[in-house]
Amino acid sequence: MHGEDKAFYGHGLPYLKVGRLAGSLIVIEGTDSVGRSTQIEQLVPWLEVQGYAVTKTGWTRSPLLSETINEAKAGHELTVTTFSLLYAADFADRLENEIIPALRAGFIVVADRYMYTAFARNAVMGVDREWTRELFGPALVPDLVLYLKIDVDSLVPRVLEGKGMDYWESGMHLAMGSDIFESFRRYQTRLIREYNRLAREFQFTSVDARHPVEQIQGLLRQHISSYLDRSKRPHLPPVTPVERKVVDG
Amino acid sequence: MVTEPHPYPGKLIIVEGIDGSGKSTQLALLYRWLVSQGHKVFFTEWNSSVLVRRSMKRGKKKDLLTPTTFSLLHAVDFADRLTYKILPPLKAGMIVLADRFVYTAFSRDAARGVHPGWVRAVYRFAPRPDLALYFRVPIEVALERILSGRAKLKYHEAGMDLGLSRDPVESFRLFQSRVLELYDAQVREFDLKAVDATGDINSQQLLVRRMVRRVLRDYHGTVADVAAALSEAQ
Repeated sequence: MHGEDKAFYGHGLPYLKVGRLAGSLIVIEGTDSVGRSTQIEQLVPWLEVQGYAVTKTGWTRSPLLSETINEAKAGHELTVTTFSLLYAADFADRLENEIIPALRAGFIVVADRYMYTAFARNAVMGVDREWTRELFGPALVPDLVLYLKIDVDSLVPRVLEGKGMDYWESGMHLAMGSDIFESFRRYQTRLIREYNRLAREFQFTSVDARHPVEQIQGLLRQHISSYLDRSKRPHLPPVTPVERKVVDG
Repeated sequence: MVTEPHPYPGKLIIVEGIDGSGKSTQLALLYRWLVSQGHKVFFTEWNSSVLVRRSMKRGKKKDLLTPTTFSLLHAVDFADRLTYKILPPLKAGMIVLADRFVYTAFSRDAARGVHPGWVRAVYRFAPRPDLALYFRVPIEVALERILSGRAKLKYHEAGMDLGLSRDPVESFRLFQSRVLELYDAQVREFDLKAVDATGDINSQQLLVRRMVRRVLRDYHGTVADVAAALSEAQ
């Protein structure tokens, strides 16, 4: 099967018998409105056609916390600390109730955002980097992180053509000014800088997200195929001394 | 930082101990006394913020919580109360009384199996109390007190989510013994002041008040009081 030998990012989940996780954890990262969900919508059927069972998981979509997070965001009562902890709780809930069970069952799990999103956002908000990372100690290290990389100037028209600039994605909560356009540019510039930094540190596979949707999809498929080929390759039994003798001839 | 003294003019006094240790009774008596002395006092308790109430209820009802999400939801509750309830009165120079603090998480969550280093890291943003009282009581005494009151043990308090035993009393015994051990280990780690909670209520309270008096030796009241005293002196 695909990605064996999973590792935890930090302290992990000491109380959990994780067992053998035969599936693969593939993460799609990238800033707001870069096109992650559009790409994932197309990746899933493509993988299924090839015979892989696939499940999706998305940031802040845990049944335990999504309502709480949305409500709190609407009320603007969150501090960076409670925000970070809520995200970590949402993540842990999905990790233990969705991601790990699916991996155990041999599924490919496609995650729309992962802990790196929290790392990037918190860094921009000035939260202690080390603390943020420790919060995600229970996380599994993904098998593949595909990073949709874009610059802020290319991002702006995409957002305006889409759902428009929203309060949070424009970083209005950071009070960087009352002009939403300027705030968006400043916030996303910093966020993208953080993502790029993380891409180097955690060796993301970057894909140029300025291309048209179909072209990006093609690139993502190439990367996923080559990952699956690599991980599918049968493990050759070690050469026995007798055989070696023959080979040495 | 939970390891360093806080810089605020107020005082933070907290109580810890397992259910049935009598800590809440002692804190209520302390509150009465402090108020009668003319102090401005603010009280807050563990797991009481509205922010995560719904998630907590939902998770507990459907048994959705894992040791990690249980821990993180309580951390959200704590962080929320810290911002809105604990820090403002401390900054204003009031006395804040907290029923349970981070040490509850350090013992309870670790007893549930999360990594002790992880849960300490999660709560790194917490201030260090000026006085942390730990009401120490043997399991059997705690059990007797709880069972003579409300007949039922609380599901999570008994550690029923861990599947240690189907019998709530036996489960409580097993789970809270682990919690006790972890509390005991923190006496040295965080300088908790252990109080023998098997003694009678009044003598415990007198001991508590003696300790509080010591902590208040360098306390000068609220910021407003201090300012008023200063302008009067001029």
